[in-house]
Amino acid sequence: MITFEHTSKAYAGVPAITDLNLKIARGELLVLLGPSGSGKSTALKMINRMVDHDSGRILLDGQEIYSFNVQDLRRRMGYAIQSVGLFPHWTVARNIATVPRLLGWSDERIGQRVDELLTLFAMEPAQYRQRMPHQLSGGQQQRVGVARALAADPDVLLMDEPFGALDPVTRASLQLELLRIHRASGKTIVLVTHDIDEALLLATRIVLLQQGRIVQAGTPLELLQTPANDFVADFLGRADVGLKLLSLRTVGDYLRPIAQDTNPTLSPALHTTTLQLDTTVREAISHMAALGVTTLPVFDVRGQLQGHVNATDLLAPGRG
Amino acid sequence: MPVLALCLALAYAAAWALPLVRVAPNRLLSGEGVGLTELLTGPQCALAVGAGLALLLLAAAGRHRRAPQALLTAALACALPLLWWLAARHADTVVLTESPRFRTALGAGFWSLLALAWLACLDAIARLRLRPRHHVLVVALATVPMVLALGSGMGNELSIMKEFTNRREVFGAAVLRHLQIVALACVPAVVLGWPLAWALVRWRALQRWSLPVLNIIQTIPSIALFGLLMAPLGWAAAQWPWLQSAGVRGVGLAPAVLALLLYALLPIVRSAMAGLQNVPVAVTTAARAMGMGPWHIVWQVELPLAWPVLMAGLRTAVVQTIGLAAVTALVGAGALGSIMFDGLFSAANELVILGVVPIVLLAVLADAGFKALAPLAPLSPTPTPGAA
Repeated sequence: MITFEHTSKAYAGVPAITDLNLKIARGELLVLLGPSGSGKSTALKMINRMVDHDSGRILLDGQEIYSFNVQDLRRRMGYAIQSVGLFPHWTVARNIATVPRLLGWSDERIGQRVDELLTLFAMEPAQYRQRMPHQLSGGQQQRVGVARALAADPDVLLMDEPFGALDPVTRASLQLELLRIHRASGKTIVLVTHDIDEALLLATRIVLLQQGRIVQAGTPLELLQTPANDFVADFLGRADVGLKLLSLRTVGDYLRPIAQDTNPTLSPALHTTTLQLDTTVREAISHMAALGVTTLPVFDVRGQLQGHVNATDLLAPGRG
Repeated sequence: MPVLALCLALAYAAAWALPLVRVAPNRLLSGEGVGLTELLTGPQCALAVGAGLALLLLAAAGRHRRAPQALLTAALACALPLLWWLAARHADTVVLTESPRFRTALGAGFWSLLALAWLACLDAIARLRLRPRHHVLVVALATVPMVLALGSGMGNELSIMKEFTNRREVFGAAVLRHLQIVALACVPAVVLGWPLAWALVRWRALQRWSLPVLNIIQTIPSIALFGLLMAPLGWAAAQWPWLQSAGVRGVGLAPAVLALLLYALLPIVRSAMAGLQNVPVAVTTAARAMGMGPWHIVWQVELPLAWPVLMAGLRTAVVQTIGLAAVTALVGAGALGSIMFDGLFSAANELVILGVVPIVLLAVLADAGFKALAPLAPLSPTPTPGAA
């Protein structure tokens, strides 16, 4: 989908990206991770030519990005940034319609698309269509920002720390929405962040950058289990790598059938803590610690008891 | 309230100490003052004092309600033609009792009372706390009684109206010429100034030499600037006949318009720069990243977002130009300044006032008009039709 070949970029002689080689496959949710000044944002902006690279090549579907008209190229890629940048003088609907209008869609098609996207982000179209950006909360603004980026159904979605300015609760819910949209649409998403937990949660692949070079690229599990060097281990947080590993697994993988349970009478407190099949192991262990138990029941989305998990199983290595 | 109380106190002082009109045996003598107290009978004086106090009480009682303030506005708006009527009545009497050659001129008391009444009236309107557009409308309505009084022919025996009648055609032409000069200076100033501001914001290096140039122009006194422009324009007209046939000469309209254009540039460029710099970087970045072209961004994003500040700068420039256009009479550009200077050179005060009053009115009108225009951004959002 997107290929960097020996790409370099310097700002006033100071290298920002040095000899970057990276292939981003269709449908990946690739996270560019790194400390400030690592060049992750520059790498992202080079894809839609918001920043021009100095040397090397960047290919989109095998074609050099400079072979496209720059505006056509950008219209093929959604772009969402931390500061959102909604047009303050346009309604929510008009904001979302920006790229479709540039592409000359019919009013009817635009209207349908706007409603579709608002619904996708759980914002009632009739209620939100005609609102102005300043009438929205921060989380709603960023939802509209991402909806605007997705409006013309682009092949690629570029996101530059999109959730960085949001409060933790809103951020978590938007991260889950992004995961849901990625799974449902299969879009190629390139996301920049310095938040390790966000990277571990969202990424199908993480590219860790340091001073403009790739230090390690791989799945979240690979990075946690086999860090390439001390920098990677330190950046991922040596002390709680174990906990982060736990957050990559779900309790569904450790389920024991109901019949094996020797103690069918559960205390009422346990019923309030409903683990679901896709709850992370980290969360399950946290609940066990809080309740002082080593076994918890697991339910499916309809509330049907599916089985139990116990702490010994969950902490056993090598099953993720 | 404090404004009204102060205005009222000053008004009583002005009515008592300053002559409302001056009566002279001919046009050039300054004549003898006649105070307001001499024009009113005793009971009428008491009535006037009582009415003033009643208005003050009304304002104090209804400080936070709209109805009393509206009533106050109406009363003050009617005070203007009332003063005019008193002066006019005296002028009529003078013409009948003395001789038609006698002149009744408006005195310092009249102008003071007029200004105070108008100030109090504007203050009362401000207290109505209207939206900007309605505010302008009410200010316009407040002038209606005075306009009606003038239109009815009341006061035709007053000296200023006689000067006006004598020069009706010159006056009309001067007003038109004044507007023409302002338009010829301000329209090109906008056409040059806004793109220049855009370029200055984009390429900061340009600011280093262009802003100082504009600042220096602003510090040159207007008469000196006319002088500086006369020689090169005269030379250019002599050099290229087509310029001459287009009406360009060392004196007249050309140096006047050019000088005013240069003066108008600074406020227009400065405000446009401020307006453009106010557009959030995130918004223009997002616009660029979504594939909007540079023109698209200017028309659909930057211009509408900078609009209120652009209008504020244009307002300053136009008001300034209306005032400065008076001085262009010195290089033979005509306009209302020529009436003013005629009066000055022939020591006919009423003629000076005849030139000055429309300039002030034009400036006030322009100021109000641009204030009303500021919230109306162009290219406002067209609602995107949503699927039902």
